[in-house]
Amino acid sequence: MPENIIERFEVKELKILDEKGNADTAILPNLSDNDLKKIFELFILSRQFDQRALQLHAEGRLGTYASILGQEASQIGSAYALEKTDWVFPSFREMGVYITLGYPIWMLFQYWTGDERGMKTPDDLSIFPVSVPVGTHMIHAVGAAFAAKIKGHKTASVAYFGDGGSSKGDFHESLNIAGVYKLPVVFICQNNQWAISLPREKQTAAKTIAQKAYSYGFEGIQVDGNDVFAVYKATKDALEKARAGKGPTLIECFTYRMADHTTADDASRYRSKEDVEKWKDKDPLLRLKLYMEKKGIWKEQYENDVKKKVIEFVDGEIKKEEAAGLPDKKDIISFTYKELSQRQIKELKLWQE
Amino acid sequence: MARINMVQAINLALRQEMDKDKDVVLIGEDVGRDGGVFRISEGLMEKFPDRVFDTPLAESGIIGTAIGMAVYGLKPVAEIQFMGFIYACIEQLFSHASRIRSRSRGRYTCPLVVRTPYGLGIKPPELHSESTEALLCHMPGIKVVVPSSPYNAKGLLISAIRDPDPVIFLEPTRLYRLIKEEVPETDYTIPIGKAKVVQEGKDITVIAWGSMLHKVLESIEGFDAEVIDLMTLRPYDEDTILNSVKKTGRVIIAQEATRNCGFAAELSAFIAEEAMLHLKAPIIRLTGLDAVIPMARLEDYYAPSKEKVIKALKKVMEY
Repeated sequence: MPENIIERFEVKELKILDEKGNADTAILPNLSDNDLKKIFELFILSRQFDQRALQLHAEGRLGTYASILGQEASQIGSAYALEKTDWVFPSFREMGVYITLGYPIWMLFQYWTGDERGMKTPDDLSIFPVSVPVGTHMIHAVGAAFAAKIKGHKTASVAYFGDGGSSKGDFHESLNIAGVYKLPVVFICQNNQWAISLPREKQTAAKTIAQKAYSYGFEGIQVDGNDVFAVYKATKDALEKARAGKGPTLIECFTYRMADHTTADDASRYRSKEDVEKWKDKDPLLRLKLYMEKKGIWKEQYENDVKKKVIEFVDGEIKKEEAAGLPDKKDIISFTYKELSQRQIKELKLWQE
Repeated sequence: MARINMVQAINLALRQEMDKDKDVVLIGEDVGRDGGVFRISEGLMEKFPDRVFDTPLAESGIIGTAIGMAVYGLKPVAEIQFMGFIYACIEQLFSHASRIRSRSRGRYTCPLVVRTPYGLGIKPPELHSESTEALLCHMPGIKVVVPSSPYNAKGLLISAIRDPDPVIFLEPTRLYRLIKEEVPETDYTIPIGKAKVVQEGKDITVIAWGSMLHKVLESIEGFDAEVIDLMTLRPYDEDTILNSVKKTGRVIIAQEATRNCGFAAELSAFIAEEAMLHLKAPIIRLTGLDAVIPMARLEDYYAPSKEKVIKALKKVMEY
């Protein structure tokens, strides 16, 4: 009996906008000048938020924070493709996603100061609170997609995670169940090349993370994660496919973590400056700006105006956060269950004495 | 009203709640076509083909999926085939289900039920007889319920499904087909968080749950014992325990599980803190051995026997 090949797969890579700001017009997604400006402004806003969070941390006014620097195109591009009705399950390095979806900035600051109130998602959004244990929340997107399918809603779910998360058993269980039930879910992996100190090549022996999708019976695609158009297009296509009942997609956004893992980390212990330097030319904002300049939408004055507005806005949000004051210590207890337990009633009484 | 066993009572509760509320869905391994390895969900896939799902073999994935369903607005009832396999789900239960309400300050909730058979009594392979309920009780945000009869299994499960928070529903395998009793077809509930005094007495308070309750009830003849069926382990009914202990002044807590950090330890500490001066004798804990649960041949030596219960009753009276 001869050996037969019973399965083959190919992994696509999607790039639309290069480092010089040249776009492949044949596959360029349909974004108006107004959309481009909005996306540009979200970049500026995300960067300003990120920078201020790091400053506030340095001043001791904000806790441990995970910077998104370098990953803005992956986050803004994907979130910009979402509908209000879609459910979003982020990990902890997704502030660009929250910001793009219109999450109140002051609440994000509030969360990072160590205040759970900041993760009380406003009623008109369906984004989930930050999930700390790596990869374990992906399955919640699967469950929400399952529920949407059962209820007959045209809703898709999105899970954000990283190259580190792809090593977890949860990744396997999530993609496997999503594949079996053909669920309307999009898995967005921001492969930022580093899981704290572990480089991507030690995370998996596979050439890409995208190809793992094929073991679960659906497509995976690698996109240039610093190309906002490629990320937007891949996400938009995957969401349309999900809503049409054609099942899940894994999108690997190939990007780079420009900052330390968190404010508690020092990346110089495990990676070289040259390595980081190489990625500076690939900056996702720079190429967007060059593209917009060629189209005549970007001018220095425009950027200055946007920056000025954003700086003022973010400062205002920080003030708003400060004005919100400290949480009530009773909150520790009150949100454990809907009803207080006999023990909790006693504990609250002790505080009153 | 029919006389039915616990398997039938649980099936009835699921059937009635699924009939009443189209948001109730069942997921788990073999819960659909096979009706579950203990036939708990028999006939439910036929009756509710769009709401019963045979999942891939992935315990953590089952709970995680159920969490996603619950936050979205369904009321999933997930089955973990045996308690020994719930260890794979601890991260989903402890890091997520238990704290979604708190983490989102009430914006998202997790009305999820996890059913799992537990305890000794059926002489199965390893890890099919676990009773590590105390482990699950340690995490705030989760409720843990153990029925002891067909009647209270139905009422407690209906409460668990309607509960706005995650409930782990531990089904003593020994009791599945041991007892038959009258179980009403009507829609009734037994409140979570309330214990029941199943027999009143003056001299000794005996606290038990699940299958140990029956061993206790078989052993108390000749003693004026007050027997409490705890039913909910988290959050447990402090008031009912204290009222009884203050009356009797003697306490025996009987559990099948191993001693170290078992749920009896929590109860003894609580009673010692709150009712020390009412006690006429030291609290006695009757527990399983400080060893892993043995397989079939040695199974009967593990948990407290009827003789041990009687010995403890005598000891506490003679103190």
